[in-house]
Amino acid sequence: MKVTMRVNGVERSGDIEPRVLLVDFLRSNLLLTGTHIGCDTTSCGACTVRIDGDPVKSCTVLAVQAEGREIKTVEGLANGAALAPIQVGFHEEHGLQCGFCTPGMMMVTSALLERNPNPTDDDIRWAISGNICRCTGYTNIVKAVQHAAKLTSAAAKAPAGKEAAAVAGGGE
Amino acid sequence: MSSTAHMHGGIGESIKRKEDGRFLRGKGNFLDDIVLPNMLHMAILRSPYAHARIKSIDTAAASAKPGVIAVVTGELMAQHKLAWMPTMSGDTQAVLATDKVRFQGQEVAAVVAETKAQAEDALASIEVDYEVLPAVTSPDGAKATGSALIRDDKEGQTDNHIYHWESGDEGTTKAAFAKAHKVIRLHTFYPRCHPAPLETCGCIADVNPATGKTTIYMTSQAPHAIRTVFALVAGLSEQNIRIVSPDLGGGFGNKVPVYPGYVVATAASLLLGRPVKWIEDRTENLISTGFARDYHMTGDLAVDENGKMLALHVHLDSDNGAFFADAQPTKFKAGLFHIVTGSYDIPTAHITADGYYTNKAPGGVAYRCSFRVTEASYLIERLVTNAAIELGIDQAEFRKRNFIQPEQFPYHSATGWVYDSGDYPKAMDVALDKLGYAELKKDVEARRKKGEVTGIGIASFTEVVGAGHGADYDILGLRMFDSAELRVHPTGKAMLRMGTKSQGQGHETTFAQIVAEELGIPAQDVSVEEGDTDTAPYGLGTYASRSTPVAGAATAMVARELREKARKLAAHLLEAAEEDLVWERGKFYVKGSPERSKTIQEAAFAAYTNLPEGMQPGLEGVHYYDPPNMTYPFGTYAVVVDVDKGTGQVKVKRMVAVDDCGVRINPMIVEGQIHGGLAEGFGIAFMQLITFDDEGNCIGSNFMDYLIPGSWETPKFELGETTTPSPHHPIGAKGVGESPTVGSPAAYVNAVIDALSPYGITNIDMPVTSDKVWAALRSKGVTE
Repeated sequence: MKVTMRVNGVERSGDIEPRVLLVDFLRSNLLLTGTHIGCDTTSCGACTVRIDGDPVKSCTVLAVQAEGREIKTVEGLANGAALAPIQVGFHEEHGLQCGFCTPGMMMVTSALLERNPNPTDDDIRWAISGNICRCTGYTNIVKAVQHAAKLTSAAAKAPAGKEAAAVAGGGE
Repeated sequence: MSSTAHMHGGIGESIKRKEDGRFLRGKGNFLDDIVLPNMLHMAILRSPYAHARIKSIDTAAASAKPGVIAVVTGELMAQHKLAWMPTMSGDTQAVLATDKVRFQGQEVAAVVAETKAQAEDALASIEVDYEVLPAVTSPDGAKATGSALIRDDKEGQTDNHIYHWESGDEGTTKAAFAKAHKVIRLHTFYPRCHPAPLETCGCIADVNPATGKTTIYMTSQAPHAIRTVFALVAGLSEQNIRIVSPDLGGGFGNKVPVYPGYVVATAASLLLGRPVKWIEDRTENLISTGFARDYHMTGDLAVDENGKMLALHVHLDSDNGAFFADAQPTKFKAGLFHIVTGSYDIPTAHITADGYYTNKAPGGVAYRCSFRVTEASYLIERLVTNAAIELGIDQAEFRKRNFIQPEQFPYHSATGWVYDSGDYPKAMDVALDKLGYAELKKDVEARRKKGEVTGIGIASFTEVVGAGHGADYDILGLRMFDSAELRVHPTGKAMLRMGTKSQGQGHETTFAQIVAEELGIPAQDVSVEEGDTDTAPYGLGTYASRSTPVAGAATAMVARELREKARKLAAHLLEAAEEDLVWERGKFYVKGSPERSKTIQEAAFAAYTNLPEGMQPGLEGVHYYDPPNMTYPFGTYAVVVDVDKGTGQVKVKRMVAVDDCGVRINPMIVEGQIHGGLAEGFGIAFMQLITFDDEGNCIGSNFMDYLIPGSWETPKFELGETTTPSPHHPIGAKGVGESPTVGSPAAYVNAVIDALSPYGITNIDMPVTSDKVWAALRSKGVTE
């Protein structure tokens, strides 16, 4: 059956079996492989994307349930060469090691920061408690999100035109 | 650009990671992200029983399912002599079962289809007729009279015993025990757990029928060793095999072995002439691939009247599963367990070990550990705290009284190790200071008087990592050296390739920093590649904390060799004598005339454009490093816990970790590694358990049953450090990735045992869950 949704701001559609999961549609049909599969049981959060702004584990949503919805994946975070504040935060605070959980972590925490621009460390730990990381022990992920929160609030206060400089960089 | 991009990136600088960019953008290249043209998909049918005879397999219905290209059985593999494969411990393992299944989840057949869904759908149509046999699920069960013989495929095998192994000196140990003032015994079980990297294992086998080239993309921590094994086992010509290990989503030892799925996918690609992808789901990963630990240990520590350790005796029964497939050097049946005397000057020791077959998954991988060092460290550190409690000596003081002293290095241990360096009292002092130990002890006493249950746990571990030397350490006969190839291009930029393989450890940054330090080329100008056997120099891979000790040493050595060639080039350019040149990171200058200088980049350009007569052009080299000894990282970890008497719930209030891993190349990355290991150690101590019921059904087969610590449970960590450089490593580094998993489980559990010690409780096996603590307290009459 046909399914159509907006993914990272672009209308995308595909002809799929009704049983296809959103994560498989994103990865296999749209080749957006930044969204990962870690467990099959909604336990690890590696597949987290945003649906109409909400962070959702895309292994537990049928692609057809996303019909007509607005999907954002990790590939939609950066604005061209300029990384989003959450990406800069993960880079600057060493919030990633193997990088497998990172897309899901960033999708959850970017949603957190939109709702709560000044989170406490416990707010962050609670927000990511459905996402497993095997490498970092979470310490630097918490710092990364705090870093992003500071960048975002600094950018909001900065005069127009300075914003891009504040969020540029973070990688080769 | 990164905030540290302007930095030189030499040793000791916390520059940001060079590899981050692709992961942050969702552009990592993990195994399941790779799609090849015309690619087929494979799914594996696994045994629902732990022990059963296969009476028949009917694949006709499955073969007729939509999209199915082939159904592979053990019988078909046997026709190609691939129904069995060798293991890393000198045993054999079934690739696809032909006679019996020997553990739940064992590979029975495989379907190859156009899509993954079609392959998975067709599995249900394979009819297997099993005759269920009694299952053996523990070493005690394996020993029992009349227990089922698991390995009836092995000629001469009449019981379930695999090996007996000893280390140390039985005679002197017995004599020391005979005159001991006191003997403290601890029997404890280090249960089976699983590394569970977030990315599971898988491969894409691509046998090109036109060229004969076999390319296998594989989640492998040791791609070169895999290539050689495939050549030897499958009879393929080694120059036609290319193993590519792409970005790995964690490994922790789970991605060291060869798994049946790799072999079947390769055979299928060979037979079908198309690429075949196989990737596990989480349950397959947890029930069939490399587990860890599963050691039943009894330790006896003999002490004199002054609280000095006299001797140690340990016996362990190892539960190895259905095939003896421990990932370990050939010489050692119980890995490096005989490091069990740990940080203590114990005059004599005797270790005995017996391995048993059970109807459980094979594996025995070193889960974030150097070949069973974790089990050894856990036993001695638990035993030492228990002894201190029983003797009425403070556990820090008891350790200090028995530490190997700094002036005793190099130290020859009772089981034959030569510890390269250490300063154990110093690491202990830093930890106690950080903890505020004296005040904390008073607080614990005061709170206990009020009826609260609280305690402090200490562990002062010593690791042995960085295998080889190659004469003593090998994988299937391959000496455990490692390598680095460094190419400096005419414009002074460089490419480094090693025989190791990062799984998140940050090699692309750390190893560039070694070049930056030794050759003066900024780290951002050095690209680092690993994992492709067609391009990387031969090496034994990344596990057992060996990358920095071995490939890191190779990197320093090759950079130094190129620096000497650059010196000749600079002398030529400066028209000066080589011996008159002084090296300052990044340039040579003439002694006494610092203005007369040539940079490393100028020397590199000259290597291709203007070199002395008779010199070979180019500035490239390769170094194969066979370490003279292992390195011995150490540290002291201390944990504070509160226990709720009513529920048995343990709350980790503090975790202080003081590590000495020698020279730190990138302190940010080192600390990140320690955080991760402390979290995994926490998981092992309190949550992660793979267990089985009496029929051999695996309990812990998914992330709802096999509990991994999340951000909410994981404690906050307080880190400290001391630096005792390795005397034999070119830059004094020792390796760090595994120290926190080796050292922390005992620290966590010791804190619980210390808290429960007023009630006479001396042991709770991991994972220390609330129900076990609750039951232990109730057994001592604590009811509130």
